[in-house]
Parts: sequence; C-alpha cells; structure tokens
Amino acid sequence: MARLIAVVGAGPAGMAAALAAADAGAEVVLVDAAPRVGGQYHRQPPPGLADQHAGPGFARLEAELAGHPRVRHLAETVVWALEPRPGGHRLHLRTGPADSPHRTARVLDPAALVLATGAHDRALPFPGWDLPGVVTAGAAQALAKGQRVAVGRRVLLAGTGPFLFPVAQSLIEVGAHLVGVLEANRVGATAAGWLARPAALLAGRAKLPELAGYLGLLARHRIAYRTGHAVLAAHGTDRVEAVTTARLTRDWRVVPGSARRIAVDAVCVGFGFTPQLELAVAAGCDLDATGTCVRVDIAQATSTPGVFAAGELTGVGGADLAAAEGRVAGASAARHLGLAVPVPRAALRQVRAGRGFAAALAGAYPVRPGWRSWLTEDTLVCRCEEVSYGALCQAVRQRAALGGRVLRLTSRVGLGPCQGRICGRNAAELAEALLCRADQRPPLTPAASARRPIAAPIRLGELATTPTEPSEHGFASTDPTDRSEA
Amino acid sequence: MTPEADHRGRPGPSTGDAGAPQVTVDGVAVTARTGQTVAGLLVSAGRTSWRSTRGGGRPRGLFCGIGVCFDCLVEVNGVPDVRACQRLVADGDDIRTAPRPRPAAPGGPAGDGTRTGEA
Ligand SMILES: Cc1cc2nc3c(=O)[nH]c(=O)nc-3n(C[C@H](O)[C@H](O)[C@H](O)COP(=O)(O)OP(=O)(O)OC[C@H]3O[C@@H](n4cnc5c(N)ncnc54)[C@H](O)[C@@H]3O)c2cc1C
Ligand code: FES
Ligand code: FES
Repeated sequence: MARLIAVVGAGPAGMAAALAAADAGAEVVLVDAAPRVGGQYHRQPPPGLADQHAGPGFARLEAELAGHPRVRHLAETVVWALEPRPGGHRLHLRTGPADSPHRTARVLDPAALVLATGAHDRALPFPGWDLPGVVTAGAAQALAKGQRVAVGRRVLLAGTGPFLFPVAQSLIEVGAHLVGVLEANRVGATAAGWLARPAALLAGRAKLPELAGYLGLLARHRIAYRTGHAVLAAHGTDRVEAVTTARLTRDWRVVPGSARRIAVDAVCVGFGFTPQLELAVAAGCDLDATGTCVRVDIAQATSTPGVFAAGELTGVGGADLAAAEGRVAGASAARHLGLAVPVPRAALRQVRAGRGFAAALAGAYPVRPGWRSWLTEDTLVCRCEEVSYGALCQAVRQRAALGGRVLRLTSRVGLGPCQGRICGRNAAELAEALLCRADQRPPLTPAASARRPIAAPIRLGELATTPTEPSEHGFASTDPTDRSEA
Repeated sequence: MTPEADHRGRPGPSTGDAGAPQVTVDGVAVTARTGQTVAGLLVSAGRTSWRSTRGGGRPRGLFCGIGVCFDCLVEVNGVPDVRACQRLVADGDDIRTAPRPRPAAPGGPAGDGTRTGEA
C-alpha cells in the first residue's frame, strides 16, 4: 500500500516515529514484541501487578497512539525476518505468545520503514559470570519495573555508565538490599571525558539535577557508590553466593592487593549497550565507524533508500534523544512517501544537542581494555556454546586471521541460540587483541557478527505456514484455527 | 490504534486483576498474577536456575531479561525452549523446568571450571 509505513519497535523512538508519520498523513503499523508499547524505558508493570509508575508523559503518549486513526499497533508481534523486494522491503511477522508454535504469520510490504529496535545490555565476561544470580543490569531493571520483583535480596550492581543509577533506584523500590554500586571508570577519567567536550556538557546540563537526585537517593540509603571498582569474579556452586571486587587502574587492570570478598545472592552487571542491528543489517544499512551502530544522516535516513532508523540503534543516548530522533525519522519516512511534511525544527535541534551529550557520555564511560585481564583460561566467553577463553585463544592462534566465519566454526563462539548477541562483541575484542599481539588482522567485526538472517526466534514447524503475498492493507496472514495452547 | 486480539484464549494485559492464572510448575499448582512472565513467576518463587546446559551441565536461569540470551529456556505446555523472560503466564499453563543432572561434566568444552570454587 502506497502510504503504509512500518515502524519496528515501540520504545521511545518508535512511538515518536509512529505519531510523527501518522500526523503527517501516513498509515502506520507499529510492531513490537512486547504486549504493550513503551520499550525498555517506559516498561510498565501489567495491570494485574499493581503499583503503576507510568509518568504522565507516557500515559499521554500511549493514549495518543491508541486514539490515532492512522496508527495500528501490532502487540506481541516480532519481525523475524526482513527481505528486499522491488522498491522496498518485506517484513515477516509472527503474532502471539512468545515462542509459541501457534502464532499468526503475516507479511508486510511497507512503502517506507522506520527501524527503532533499541539495544540490549553489554555484559563483559569474568570468572563465574554464568552462575545463576548473575544477571545484566537491564534484566534487573526489567524484572523490577515490569514484574515488581527484586532479582535478589543482597544485590551488588556493577559496570559503567549512568544507566546504573535508574537500576539502583528500581532495586531499592522493590525492596532489594543494595550492597553497593561499582562504577568501573574512575572519577578523574570520567571528568576528563566530560571536559574534552564542554559544549556537550552544557547540552547535558538538564541531566545534572537528575544525577544529583540519584546520588542523594544512594546517600539516603547509605549505599556506597564506588568509582574505579569492578566485580572480578562470582563464586558459588549452583548459584552466586559471593563476589570478589577490586579496585581498578585507569585502564581497568586490577590494583594488586585491593580484592575484597562480599556475600551476595545476586549481581547485576552492565557495561553500556549493544544496538540490535540485525534488521538494519538485513536491510543493507551501513554501520558507523565503530561498526556497532546504524549510520544515519540528519534526516535519520540510513544508506538504504526508504529505510530510516532512530533511537539506541543509531547510538546510545537515552530516551529523550531516542524520542527526538523518532520524531525526525517519522517525518522523514512520511516525506519519502511524498507527503508534505514541515521540517521538524525543534526535534532536529534536540537531536543535535542530544548527540553531543551522547558523545560526551561515550567518552566518559568507555569500556577500557583492562577487562580482558579479568578472564582466566576456563572463563566462558560464549555462554551458549560453552566456549572458554582458553579454547578461544587456541582457535585464534590456530586459525589466525582467516576471517570471522572461520573463527566461529573452529571455536563455535557465536554459534549458539543467541547468535552471538551476548558474546560477539566481546569475542571480537578478545580475538583482535590476541591477533594484534601476533601482528595479524582482526578476524571478526561486529558488523559481520550482526548478520543474522533470522532476527527473532522462529520454530521450524512455523516456517511451513509462511504467507507469500500481502493482502489489501499491505498485509498477508495465515489464520491458524487453533491458537490456544492449553 | 487497534491492538490485535490474535492471541485470545488467555488473559490479555488489560483484563485487570480478576482471574489470576492458575498454572502448574513441575506439576505443583501455583497461582500466578495476571501479566506475570514465566521468569517473573519463577524468580518470585525463589528460583534462580531452572535448566542446565547441554555441554557442562551448568545451571542457568535469568540473564538478559529481555529475550536476547536464551539462558532462561523452559518447557510450556509440552513445547520446549520457550524464553521464560518473554512468555506471559496464561491460565492452565503446564510449566516444566529441566531436571538438573549433576555434572560429571566430561564433554563440556570448558569442563566445569568456570565456577570459581565454593563460597
Ligand atoms: C533492559 C533495558 C532496560 C532499560 N531501562 C532503562 C530505564 O529504566 N531508564 C533509562 O533511562 N534507560 C533504560 N534503558 C536504556 C534504554 O534503552 C533507552 O533509554 C530507551 O529505551 C531507548 O529507546 P529506543 O526506542 O531506542 O529502544 P527500546 O526502548 O529498547 O525499544 C525497542 C523496542 O523494539 C522492540 N523490538 C526489537 N526488535 C524487534 C523485532 N525484531 N520485532 C519486534 N519488536 C522488536 C523491543 O521489543 C523494544 O520494545 C534500558 C535498556 C535496556 C536494554
Ligand atoms: S553467547 Fe555465544 S552464541 Fe550466545
Ligand atoms: S533471560 Fe535472556 S532470553 Fe530470557
């Protein structure tokens, strides 16, 4: 259908994009795997779990989307594949309970596409990181915000970046005893990162009261916020029972003699975010110089005509920036359809300011190379395939620089069910370091590891029921007679 | 906006508190809360792990919490490999966690050494 825009992802970026495009006159289908709109930032406890924390801004947004005559929201719907077709792309969708074999299949042939698929936490490996009770900071956040459950009773939060603060707040709210928050970067290093970009610091001024609020909250609860510290190892047999923490040098090597053991029943770790690139990569969109984000121009257009991107997918900068980018992307997608759209000047300004702030954040909270010294021979690098650091080293040495696929095949790193989402970036950095030592070229780029033809899990049996042609609304669907599983 | 009602036959997120789902976990009857995920149910019942890995028999539970890592797999109504953090509990669900074979851990590529000893 000529005026159909598909927006994938209903977080702050996708919601804003859907509204902007629909306001400009386009028909919008907003697709998200979750049962409700909101994404990671506006995650809501379902009505059955009382104690709603929806901000007024979110309630208004959700109502506006729900009431918009040109927005159709497909909840509990994953885009599991994207393929090129003449003049655009075809999306393959499944609607229904997660991982159920009885989901409804559809294809969608939009005239323009906005990708707003967000990001997931980056977790760095360390000895014992695969023990139950060690989770990502985002997992603790999702469980607290979405399920009103604390991931443990005695919890340590560690990693880098300001995302640790809202997670600390949520953990306190759901009654966890937070034994500490460890920021791996040092204050000095962080301040230097900020000072390198004074203009960006100014742009981020609005965030300072928020930051002060978090620090005040931690102080009131007598929770130590220690910079230059990290979790080096988790201990336990069937679950985490204690951790070793240590002080770090500026580049994250362990300061000798600084190790301490702390009893905990949960550890939450987060080292920034990894954008969910697979649909963008499938659409042929170029990545930026870091190879971890989609490259967009000022109009949020990717290198692929008719495909726009917004939010964490294009760089990690928080919910406000994601929403501003979404507004620009939605307007641009509508213009791509030939609709008359005024230039979204305010949103463009917000994007510019927000990007500066995001760059300053990235400079202040980088992942520093010393993390590689935390690993031991038997630390798992790939959780899915249970490949240890020792095995990875061996594979790299044996097959030096023959390319990413070869490395994956010889060591099985990245070949598990998560398709390398958890291990890909870490393994690439580890392999690169090993090869640099051996004076050879890096074998595995993040872009290569994001090439995943199946963007979301699908069962083999389901593939048999894939529709081939969309109907009038740009849709096609199978109509299984029995969708109940009970 | 017209939310699709393709998955009828189970309480949607808008049905409120009434009709809390009755499910079984490994055969034991449990009352869940509407809108709870299987992982939310298991964690609030005090479980931290509910399956073990094929190679090393390592215990696994929640890790990424948002459907990315595949650590949290359970069996629901006879269907294996359902991500517990993504799946909403529905009335009548038969949820099975994997038994935990204590590893002799031979075939595991990394042995069982990742656990850094006792606590
Ligand atoms: C677990 C987690 C929790 C977070 N919590 C907070 C917080 O509390 N506060 C904060 O300031 N920041 C938080 N963040 C950071 C957060 O990512 C951003 O601030 C903000 O949510 C980014 O917005 P977005 O629209 O780019 O992406 P997101 O909000 O991540 O939205 C992306 C959406 O795309 C959907 N999606 C992705 N792929 C597909 C697909 N193939 N098919 C269908 N749907 C798909 C996802 O279901 C998701 O809803 C969190 C991040 C994570 C990973
Ligand atoms: S952790 Fe390596 S494939 Fe999943
Ligand atoms: S915890 Fe990662 S997929 Fe469920």
